[in-house]
Amino acid sequence: MIKAPFLRRIGSNRLAMFGALAGSFLVLVALIAPVLTPFGFESQDLPHRLQPPSVGHWFGTDELGRDILSRVAYGTRISMLVGFSVVLVSSFLGLLAGSLAGYYGGWLDEVLMRLVDVLLAFPGILLAIALVAFWGPGLEKLIFALVAVGWVGYARLVRGQILKVRELDFVKAARSLGASDSHIILRHLVPNIIQPVLVQASIGMAGAILAEASLSFLGLGVPPPLPSWGAMLNDGRSHLFGAPHLVIFPGAATILAVLAFNFLGDGLREILNPKLQSRSQLRR
Amino acid sequence: MMRGFILRRLLLTLPVLLGVVTLVFSFIHLVPGDPVQIMLGEGAQAADVEQLRRRLGLDQPVLVQYGRYLKGLLMGDLGTSFRFGEPVTQIILSRYPATLQLATLSLFFGAFLAVPTGVLAATRPGGWMDRILTSVTLLGISLPNFVSGPVAIILFSIVLGWLPVSGRAGPAHYILPAVTLGAALSAILTRMVRAGMIEELQEDYVRTARAKGLPEIKVLLKHALKNSLIPVITVVGLQFGTLLAGAIITETIFAWPGIGRLTVQAINSRDYPLVQGCLLVIACTYVTVNLLTDLAYGFLDPRIKYQ
Repeated sequence: MIKAPFLRRIGSNRLAMFGALAGSFLVLVALIAPVLTPFGFESQDLPHRLQPPSVGHWFGTDELGRDILSRVAYGTRISMLVGFSVVLVSSFLGLLAGSLAGYYGGWLDEVLMRLVDVLLAFPGILLAIALVAFWGPGLEKLIFALVAVGWVGYARLVRGQILKVRELDFVKAARSLGASDSHIILRHLVPNIIQPVLVQASIGMAGAILAEASLSFLGLGVPPPLPSWGAMLNDGRSHLFGAPHLVIFPGAATILAVLAFNFLGDGLREILNPKLQSRSQLRR
Repeated sequence: MMRGFILRRLLLTLPVLLGVVTLVFSFIHLVPGDPVQIMLGEGAQAADVEQLRRRLGLDQPVLVQYGRYLKGLLMGDLGTSFRFGEPVTQIILSRYPATLQLATLSLFFGAFLAVPTGVLAATRPGGWMDRILTSVTLLGISLPNFVSGPVAIILFSIVLGWLPVSGRAGPAHYILPAVTLGAALSAILTRMVRAGMIEELQEDYVRTARAKGLPEIKVLLKHALKNSLIPVITVVGLQFGTLLAGAIITETIFAWPGIGRLTVQAINSRDYPLVQGCLLVIACTYVTVNLLTDLAYGFLDPRIKYQ
């Protein structure tokens, strides 16, 4: 459960506050996109193609006369869906693998960590590109590819944290009282290592949004006509001279989303790390 | 002791490389359905499908395919491109220098911008200059190259007409792709230099240097900066691989004839042997650069003792 003092600390940190507000705004846009937008994301109006921003179309129209504001708003749904799905599943898998490897050690640790080493030998986005290139495009495949890449970071982080915590006295005490391994992991270890995982999740959300947009930009992400910011940017490239608004609005939306979750992650890191907190207070 | 460390580090890299090779080999088996049919398209003749299957060795058991793949790799053979009809190794070798040039240039751009900016921000932590630079760097980290690239084209090529839009014909063609690719790295490095400098400036030796009456510029550049750069150099090495991956998008935006654009072209034409070759080369470069960075760490910082 999130405690009130924690929320107050977020409120007092400008970075985290901006991130939380902007992130909430994006989630809200994603939820109420159909109410918010004047047109459907597929509605074509060919006589009014490539129109600059106007009263009728605030963000202008694309090469098929589709309303860019509507497509950017619906694109928020795709970004948030991919972001939250990837973060939730990756962090769960990472927590599971990292906890087991860190707590039990031995061959399980060896096998999992060698797998992690191999996956980390690829720059993250490259592995996702590779997986989607061979699996083919599609929303589920994209999420699966990003999870396949994303869990590794959580696993390594969690394993390191578990190694630190598992030798502490309260864990020894629980063990000597006869607590089972699953009880120790779930009730004692995980609650004590969850803070850095939260920070990683926020930054991972930014990473997942960015990766989805990158893959869609390369034509490997969400298939048309579903609107993705990355695909919209790619479509807009051929009209850079005559209709730069095709690039500017989806670009701005991508930057806002990535900034929001990066800020939130940075802010959370400051809030949750007393060392950084005192330093930032000193600087103020 | 150092020789032992190098040997051990090299030995540890071998299983990782083998894992990378195995993963890249297995990619073609991830294709849903028949990869040969997908490569040739729906209307392909059965005889053509069988012929290509034989040529790619996909008619053999998986273990035999794997053995052949490893044997080919040891002899520098990455197979034959389905689209170009040429050896994959040859195609990659013709494109690889362009990517290396771009990545190296981006690295230098990122580092040269980051050092003075980071030092400037660290001189007065929390001051107005620090706040502005910190915000700009956060923006830089969050700015994807598929956004900054087109925006840079609009601004510098279309509006101002200063720089060419795409290609690799002359020195001017390098500027936009290198800056686009190096911008995020520059932002990351600026934050690292700043953080390192703030730490170092609180050390006793800096206080001593100041007490001796050394000019502040000397204290900053000759004493503090030197020590704060060690972790930065490590990050520069680690980021080189990220630049190679980032080059896939940057090269696509600027029609840069490198391995990144080649990868995208190979994916779009379902040229699986070429895709595998490109992925393998990029991943192996990443592993090698990481290894070299790790080894360089010992030379750069004599305080580090290898266990």
